[in-house]
Amino acid sequence: MRSPTIDQVAGSVLAAFSLLVLWECRKIPFGFLAEPGPGAVPLILAIALLAISIAVIAGGRAGRRFADVRWTEWRHAAAILASCAFMALAIERIGYRLTVLVALVFLTSVVEKKGWIAGAVYAGCFAFGTHYLFNHVLGVPLPQGPFGL
Amino acid sequence: MPKEFVGPESDKLLGANLVPETLNGLLAGFAMAFTPEVMLYAFVGCVVGTLVGVLPGVGPLAGISLLLPVTFGLNPVSAIVLLAGIYYGAMYGGSTTSILMRIPGEAASVMTCIDGYAMTQKGRGGAALAVAAVGSFVAGTLSIVGLMLLAPPLAEFALRFGPPENFALLVLGLLVLAYMSSGSMTRSLAMAALGLLLGMVGMDTMTGLFRFEYGLSELGDGIGIVPVAVGLFGISEILISAGQSTRVDVRAPRLRELLPTRREWRASAGPIGRGTLLGFFIGIIPGPGHIISSFVSYSIERRLSKHPERFGKGAIEGVAGPESANNSATSGAFVPMLALGLPSGAVPAIMLAALMIHGIAPGPLLIQQQPQLFWAVIASMYVGNVVLLILNLPMVGLFVNILRVPYSYLYPSLLAFATLGVYAVNNSVVDLWIMGGAGLLGYVLRKLEFELAPIILGLVLAPMLELSFRQSLAMSAGNYTIFFTHPISAFMLSVALVLLLLGMRSTFTRAEGTRALASLEPSASQAQKGNP
Repeated sequence: MRSPTIDQVAGSVLAAFSLLVLWECRKIPFGFLAEPGPGAVPLILAIALLAISIAVIAGGRAGRRFADVRWTEWRHAAAILASCAFMALAIERIGYRLTVLVALVFLTSVVEKKGWIAGAVYAGCFAFGTHYLFNHVLGVPLPQGPFGL
Repeated sequence: MPKEFVGPESDKLLGANLVPETLNGLLAGFAMAFTPEVMLYAFVGCVVGTLVGVLPGVGPLAGISLLLPVTFGLNPVSAIVLLAGIYYGAMYGGSTTSILMRIPGEAASVMTCIDGYAMTQKGRGGAALAVAAVGSFVAGTLSIVGLMLLAPPLAEFALRFGPPENFALLVLGLLVLAYMSSGSMTRSLAMAALGLLLGMVGMDTMTGLFRFEYGLSELGDGIGIVPVAVGLFGISEILISAGQSTRVDVRAPRLRELLPTRREWRASAGPIGRGTLLGFFIGIIPGPGHIISSFVSYSIERRLSKHPERFGKGAIEGVAGPESANNSATSGAFVPMLALGLPSGAVPAIMLAALMIHGIAPGPLLIQQQPQLFWAVIASMYVGNVVLLILNLPMVGLFVNILRVPYSYLYPSLLAFATLGVYAVNNSVVDLWIMGGAGLLGYVLRKLEFELAPIILGLVLAPMLELSFRQSLAMSAGNYTIFFTHPISAFMLSVALVLLLLGMRSTFTRAEGTRALASLEPSASQAQKGNP
């Protein structure tokens, strides 16, 4: 059996998403056709997305196979996304400087294997330098962490 | 603080004394723009904007959102001059890396990559840079004249638009974008619908009811444009490029290499003129005008060319047209923003937010009530264009040197900057999660060769589209024929329908036809080849 095409996979995911939105729309008042309420346009859009998704699936039978897509950089991508998640979790808990310091050391020293000293120097300069520039010079308030960091 | 403004009353502009009154206003604007404070902010804006445009992953949207909090302490004129400088500086800067390295600094420079980089490979990168810079300067300057002369009458015309016309215009904008995209139209429409659905999150403006916010008060105002834009375009670019360890070969052309030949100048004149006109008018239309205009300009130049086969292989017209168009669209975007208080895209929306923070109410009365702001911005744009021309060519080596920084150090810095900028807009951690989610979505969609622009356009237009749809029905007591009994709206919806049918036909019959000729955006795989 041949693997599905990109359009078939993507169309199926979009169709599933539109069905989810349709399900969620039941909680919002639709109003009337002549006087649409807050749920009307999301419902119409979800139906439109469902129809388009079916068209994507139907029109994509002969396209490129999903299995042919190469995800060679997935390790880097996962590490970067993990850094994003870490920064979102940490920025208000441990402050801007420590958050950025840890994230940058992780990315340069662990992911990019640039060495601990180089990574720490670069991360420290960046974290403290941008904090000074934005917080003190430009007056952009940034979250503080423990010990005034 | 800039001195007292003594310019024309804008209501007179609509009368017979348009030119003298405009000149008076412009002179008064220059008097303000030449104050040291405003000049400084115009210069800083241009430099920062150029750097923002050069760096891949940091577009004008991210750059402006990053610096938005900086403007809180400035007076409104300086604030808007700084942000405007970043905006059109980024348009200039984006061309540099597109031409020299095939790395679009921001989305509007994607088209410049194609022929600009091909010219670099042939040793004509310097000429491409010069044509891009001069084209941008000419387009930028002429479009400011257009903005200055046409804003009041165009505002008056656009004020005739009621909800049905606005709805039709937005639908047409989305369909034009989908039709002009590469690949199948259905894929682009799916992305637009996805963007529109994301735009439904938050408070319903007509009833005050919250939708899809799942108890998160931060989503009450909807999904922010800044985190989605930074995630979709910035973070996804970092995710795709990070694993590629190839060193970037940065070679800035020497000054003498910057001179185009006479044939290249001649070939560029027409595209620059057409790009200027096209960009200005597309910029007025809601949507990412600077992106769409560069795509449409490229398509038009290819169709008009006697040798379309040269496109993609180093045609100077493929650089001159899109670069002029995207710079011209930047000025065009100021027309609805300054004259009507209607943002035509994400960047003008952020600028309007900056104005509101300073207590200025955007709308049709803005020019009348804040003439100093309007004319100082106009005058500073002239100054900014000269600054950018001076900066861009002689200092191109300096700007591209930023790309000598190893990517293993550059991308973590970009990630941290993106985090800082997105967080600083609302001091919201939810925005950081949205940014990360949008980054992942953008990464996957780019790997699957879907286009991302329709998502952000849908997100920006969704509230306007919904409001105009429901207002139209409220006007007509629920009669749907209102969209077809109003001539302007009927015309625009008819054009939209024709585009839809043409697009669908090519999708299902695989007869790409005219759309194949207008295959505008390089696929993700193509784009990756040029990435470091």
